[in-house]
Amino acid sequence: MTGRKAFLSGNEALAEGVRLSRPHVISAYPITPQTTVVERLSEMVEEGSLKSEFVHVESEHSALSAAMGSSAVGARTFTATSSQGLLYMAECLFYASGGRFPIVMMNANRSTALPWNIYGDQRDSLSQLDSGWIQVYVEDAQESLDMVLQSYVIAENKRVLTPIMINLDGFILTHTYELVQIPTTEEADKFIPPFETPYKMDLENPKNMAFTAGPGDNMEFKYQQHKAMLDSKEVIREVDEAFSKQFGRKYGGMVEEYRCEDAEFVLVTLGSVTGIGRIVVDDLREAGLRVGVFKIRFLRPFPEEELINLSKRVKGIGVLEKDVSFGHEGTVYTNVNSAIAKARVSIPSYNFVAGLGGRDISKDDILEMFQYIKEGVEGNKKDFVKFIGLGVEIND
Amino acid sequence: MTDKITAKNITDNEFFYGHKACAGCGGSLAVRMALKVLGERTFTVIPAGCMSAVGFIFPQLCFSNNAIISTFAGTASMLTGVEAGARALGLKNYKVLGIAGDGGTADIGIQALSGAIDRDDNVIYICYDNEAYMNTGIQKSSLTPFGAKTTTTPAGENIRGNIKNKKNMFEIVAAHGIKYAATASIGYLQDFINKVQKASEVDGTSYIHVVAPCPVGWGTPTDEMVNVAKDIVDSGLWYLAEYEDGEFKLNRNPKEFTSVKNYLSSQGRFKHLKDEDIELVIAQRDKKWNYIRKSWVQ
Repeated sequence: MTGRKAFLSGNEALAEGVRLSRPHVISAYPITPQTTVVERLSEMVEEGSLKSEFVHVESEHSALSAAMGSSAVGARTFTATSSQGLLYMAECLFYASGGRFPIVMMNANRSTALPWNIYGDQRDSLSQLDSGWIQVYVEDAQESLDMVLQSYVIAENKRVLTPIMINLDGFILTHTYELVQIPTTEEADKFIPPFETPYKMDLENPKNMAFTAGPGDNMEFKYQQHKAMLDSKEVIREVDEAFSKQFGRKYGGMVEEYRCEDAEFVLVTLGSVTGIGRIVVDDLREAGLRVGVFKIRFLRPFPEEELINLSKRVKGIGVLEKDVSFGHEGTVYTNVNSAIAKARVSIPSYNFVAGLGGRDISKDDILEMFQYIKEGVEGNKKDFVKFIGLGVEIND
Repeated sequence: MTDKITAKNITDNEFFYGHKACAGCGGSLAVRMALKVLGERTFTVIPAGCMSAVGFIFPQLCFSNNAIISTFAGTASMLTGVEAGARALGLKNYKVLGIAGDGGTADIGIQALSGAIDRDDNVIYICYDNEAYMNTGIQKSSLTPFGAKTTTTPAGENIRGNIKNKKNMFEIVAAHGIKYAATASIGYLQDFINKVQKASEVDGTSYIHVVAPCPVGWGTPTDEMVNVAKDIVDSGLWYLAEYEDGEFKLNRNPKEFTSVKNYLSSQGRFKHLKDEDIELVIAQRDKKWNYIRKSWVQ
């Protein structure tokens, strides 16, 4: 292993990943807690370690609009945002995926106003699950760096050509420091081929891009988009494999299981909270409970096969997410239940809504979740959706 | 400076051809002429609007140079991206042109335009001003003139059309300290061609605001469009000017204006105006010209 080790925050590690991916153009607008990403990138451009055009756009809408313009001439592009910024660029999210621009974007998962709040939850990105972007949720600083490299390889693959959103939990991951292995430029270059595409505006071979398609043609374009997203599952697995071969770090592709092989009760997680989940699993295993944590890495495309397979093996499932779709349930839970239904098994599943607006999720909270699943499996009637750590009494 | 492009030597090549614009469309004439001046190595960005609606429906795509539709608000920001990408890739000898209507420029797109001018991105931005949201069916924009009837400023007993004055885009753009800005009209085509040519030689952002009548929205015969576009200048309700090196310059200073009343009464959208309204339009025109002649004429 060459390269160097450095003590970096999630944001700084991600910025190192961007530097190693050599985007031609970076267009970004600052927003907490994403800011240190664009600050580091600006410094890299200034010192010359990153040869990118850094575009100081005046809004997130323009950040992604400019990224699409660059991508349309065949340039590799990067942008980053969070929360309100992600929502402000929402129109461009759909546009970028429909235009099949393989843009890579970092999103610092943050609560959405109102009430205003700068801390982490996942309601921002989950609200954009249908925007046509590949969504990956990373757990630590190393994975943040590594997933930038992997994301360009996945997004620019001819079978995929779909933008990727890399989600980091606001503050908990973006601002937490860890020891990170930084590959050399040569290693990164070996892993990421240059971006070459025939689908671009070309001076020698002019094209009209981002057109209108009426009812007679529109569905075919949408189907191709859907197909590309489905096909990306295989590419995601291949790229994880290739990355592991070269760098020795393997993330599992679509999902990462922890002690799920013989588990009876499994907690499904996203992102950085998975770490505490593993600790609790170890503790409960010591006490004789067969429990596991099943981390969804990619929420789009959805790891349906993996979840169907899990559903057939376990007695009960809980879904922990920093999200709720008001008036219904957490969005991840809805998606997981769809897989359970397709598995044609009858197991209980519960939704744990936690960490909204940055509220801490403790070991005790997760212990409570496993206990809740177990009691549900044992036949005790339980609410399907449970808010964890609410500071108010609920009177039904 | 390269040779001046005129009606005699302008290329026979068409870059915006086979589209479905209405007969007498001023906007499509502006697009056609701008591309003839700028040539085949032009990346064109147009937002959702009339030009994309008439020229950009798969599989009938009407630009023979590179072209892309942006989001409605994103003409200037996409231009920025195209230019940054082309520069980063080391492309040589190309132009980056944005063409948006009055709504796409002065309303929903003004933030992105302001950003691009502020960054001094090397792009040409042309606003073809037909004075309302014509693509969606003639709704008021901030460039709709005083008195005009639109589908959202109906002329009735209580309110006689649009009661607001036209937003002053030319001077708003100039206030950024832009490298080059100009006003034009498709009624004075050579002047417009000259300005597009001049813009193409600017190293930085340039902006041209060209009045481009819409026969459907203005309520005029389709073969009268060029005359109407001349008359708006001759009557003093529009002006031909430039902003360059921090200075305003008036290109055409009529000794006498043609009749405002004739200009207004030739168009269906102003038919309801009363004499007192027309007096108001004339008073506003005179006030503007006092300022122009005092400040812009050396």
